[in-house]
Amino acid sequence: MKRRKERIDRGIKARSEDIFALSSYREMFYLLVPRAIPVVGLLGVAPFLSPYWKEVFISTAVYALLAISWDLLISAGLVSLGQSLFYGIGSYVAGALNYYWGWSPLFTIPVATLVGGVLCTVMLLPVLRLRGIYFAMVTLVLPLMLMRLVEATRILGGTEGLTGLTPFPNPVTSFYIIQIALLIALFGFRRIIDSDYGLVIRGINDNDRSVMSAGINIYWYKTQILFLGASVGSFAGAFGTHVDMFAGMPGFALDYSLLPVASAVVGGMGTFAGPMIGAFILVPLSEVLRALGALRIVFYGLFLVVFIVALPEGIFPYMQRKYHQFERWVEIE
Amino acid sequence: MLLGTLVYGFINSCILALVALGFNLTFGISGVANFAYGAIYIFSGFLTWILLNSLGLPYLLSVLISILCASCVGLAMYYLIIIRVKGLALSEVMATFGLGLAIMELFRYFDFVGFRYNLPVFFDGSVAIGDVYIDYQRLIIVLIAVGLTLWLYLFTHHTKIGLAFRAIAQDERTALTFGIDSDRIGALSMAFGAGLAAIAAIVILPLGTIAVEGGYEVLINALAVCIVGGLGSTVGILVASVLIGYAQTFTANYLEPHWMMLVSLIAIAVVLVVKPSGLFSHQKELEERI
Amino acid sequence: MNDLIPLLKTSGVSKSFGGVLAVASVSFELKEGELLGIIGPNGSGKTTLVNLVTGFVKPNSGRIEYRGKNITGWAPYKIVSLGIARTFQMVRPFYQLPAFKNLIVPLYSPRVKKLAGGKYGDRDAVALDLLEEVGFERDAHVSYKVAGSLPQGYLKRLELAKSMALRPDLVILDELFSGLSLAEVASIVPIIEKLRFQGKAIIMIEHRLKELFRIADRVMVLNYGKKIAEGSGKEVMEDKAVKNAYLGSETE
Repeated sequence: MKRRKERIDRGIKARSEDIFALSSYREMFYLLVPRAIPVVGLLGVAPFLSPYWKEVFISTAVYALLAISWDLLISAGLVSLGQSLFYGIGSYVAGALNYYWGWSPLFTIPVATLVGGVLCTVMLLPVLRLRGIYFAMVTLVLPLMLMRLVEATRILGGTEGLTGLTPFPNPVTSFYIIQIALLIALFGFRRIIDSDYGLVIRGINDNDRSVMSAGINIYWYKTQILFLGASVGSFAGAFGTHVDMFAGMPGFALDYSLLPVASAVVGGMGTFAGPMIGAFILVPLSEVLRALGALRIVFYGLFLVVFIVALPEGIFPYMQRKYHQFERWVEIE
Repeated sequence: MLLGTLVYGFINSCILALVALGFNLTFGISGVANFAYGAIYIFSGFLTWILLNSLGLPYLLSVLISILCASCVGLAMYYLIIIRVKGLALSEVMATFGLGLAIMELFRYFDFVGFRYNLPVFFDGSVAIGDVYIDYQRLIIVLIAVGLTLWLYLFTHHTKIGLAFRAIAQDERTALTFGIDSDRIGALSMAFGAGLAAIAAIVILPLGTIAVEGGYEVLINALAVCIVGGLGSTVGILVASVLIGYAQTFTANYLEPHWMMLVSLIAIAVVLVVKPSGLFSHQKELEERI
Repeated sequence: MNDLIPLLKTSGVSKSFGGVLAVASVSFELKEGELLGIIGPNGSGKTTLVNLVTGFVKPNSGRIEYRGKNITGWAPYKIVSLGIARTFQMVRPFYQLPAFKNLIVPLYSPRVKKLAGGKYGDRDAVALDLLEEVGFERDAHVSYKVAGSLPQGYLKRLELAKSMALRPDLVILDELFSGLSLAEVASIVPIIEKLRFQGKAIIMIEHRLKELFRIADRVMVLNYGKKIAEGSGKEVMEDKAVKNAYLGSETE
């Protein structure tokens, strides 16, 4: 007698995908609980964190935003290895406005979000036609190049950077600003991708020729998505700049490129919630490992390898499957 | 000055080509971008140093052992990691990069930092071309770079396993139908790539000290050369090495050394925008651009 | 509509890939409401010709006109917005999506919006209607099934529905019948005839000559990228050059 595992979708799952016919509180909870977790989790834990962990939480949220922006780009088939481009540009725009003209963060952040989005989009426009790995390489090289450019020309404070920028009035404000921005990005992007517009975007990734032959200008749509993703990244940069009270070359550092990608790979690409979960595992983990000194990066690297090998689909798709399906053993002859 | 720049530019080109050969071989055959390449490079350097200085083994033996060990690391990486995520390009990159990070930082943890970590040169002394002095080690680098390239060409064109390499590189499915085991070839290509990294390390490292940062540098240089030349193309590598090698040497000598890195980065960016598959790539036009 | 200006006209269109001439100076005309078949042995440049007309490939030389307007080298999406729709030889639907959701992308096209007077309307309902038109049985809920689970016959019809969703004036069908059984072909032919009845011009690339000749007004034969014959199905098949192309020449 042999047995095999059988997986069955819960009935509510099939029905809830398109038609919203809820027949009981139970089903309502079934749909609501997963959506409530990030809201309660993010906003609810604030009062219970020590100042140190609050700081960690803030920088985690910044990385989570970059990871979500990365995930939006990948849904249109744009593999970005240069999230630090968005972060750095946003950070420099906000920093310069604050440093040279004394604008308050209230204005620098929104302006840097938009201007940063436009700048990054324009910079990447020539390579938007390139596919996969080629686009990835340009995005990888661009921030490194800008870093060297700042170093060589000594503009915008050169290697010193712009220091003494206006901080947020208190840590609590910054804490809530970033958490709310994160929630908006998470639910907003999920909504966009599930709409018909999102279907077109995913179509570009899946089979661009088919979308082109439907009379849709895929470059225009890619530009829109690039702008959206870049804006979110620039927001993260502008926000981070005011938290650190500093804008400089580290804004283009590889950290801001690699951690979001690692988060997305660990959490599960294309789900938005996955990259966020990934960031909330990886960033605090690197903080915890800080106690180990130099050995920290060794463990970090190994963790990444083990994770990718053991759970290639990512955490979130795995949890989603467990939530939506029964599993049972059945006999086979 | 000009003659010196020309000669050293050529040597720099040879170093770049030597560094890129292994990375390119692995990518060209199995399509795996081995981001642990730099780590394997310094791993071989440190291993040779340990065998020589801590265990007191003879030079030739330690060199052979480290090349062998590097190849084994490559082989193990394929069977333990790559085989499980094959085809997911991003996972491959992240996994190899994570492993590379772990290897390199492990050396830093064990305090392998300082000037005493250097490898011996093959022969001492130097030779003069005009008024430019070149030490023998640099000449040997040139010889080995040229020799290895020639050997690789002969190997891939005239041996059974080399032909299988090329078959897999061109079309994995068709190769499978002819009874070529793509996993075995993939693993071998990883091992060969790692072995070439070890050879490059043993030849190049005597010029300076072995440092963890060198690993990152090697990876970036290998990537730059491969991107500009076209991933998977041997001719491309040679041309790209010469281009970048001379560009770097000229900027370092005539501009500020500050601009050196910027120049090679701009070279990469320009090539990617103008001809994204690189100067000499096998990839078709349609693959890269819609 | 002016009868003197053909719907589609190509003059001396050529395209080479790395030294190989895929299409060599091909000129043809297509009248409003006409069904033109394009046949030829494998590798004779039929699909490249379609790619040239629809803008997926830019010609090296020559001129393509649609209703007297020069569209040579235009981007595919612009050509579609004029009213030229195509199907692909290799069907690649969005496998994870339900069949009807596959039609959302073409229904999102600016052309559809323009023809509907600036509003998109209920895309899902339009998609379901379109699928019923191409023979997705509504009772059996085939339209709701995931595209990846559908047999080839349905996928081809889905591909046809995708092009119909654009409400085109000219439909180019690239080997729609290949890989289908006789019964499946027989079930698609009425759909094509209905399209003709609606006044749409159609270009069909086919290997299934018998079925093609039954419905085509005119047939054009390509070999090695050159046009070697043109006329009714019967005329073409008696042409010596065509016989040579298909069966191999005796003199060579």
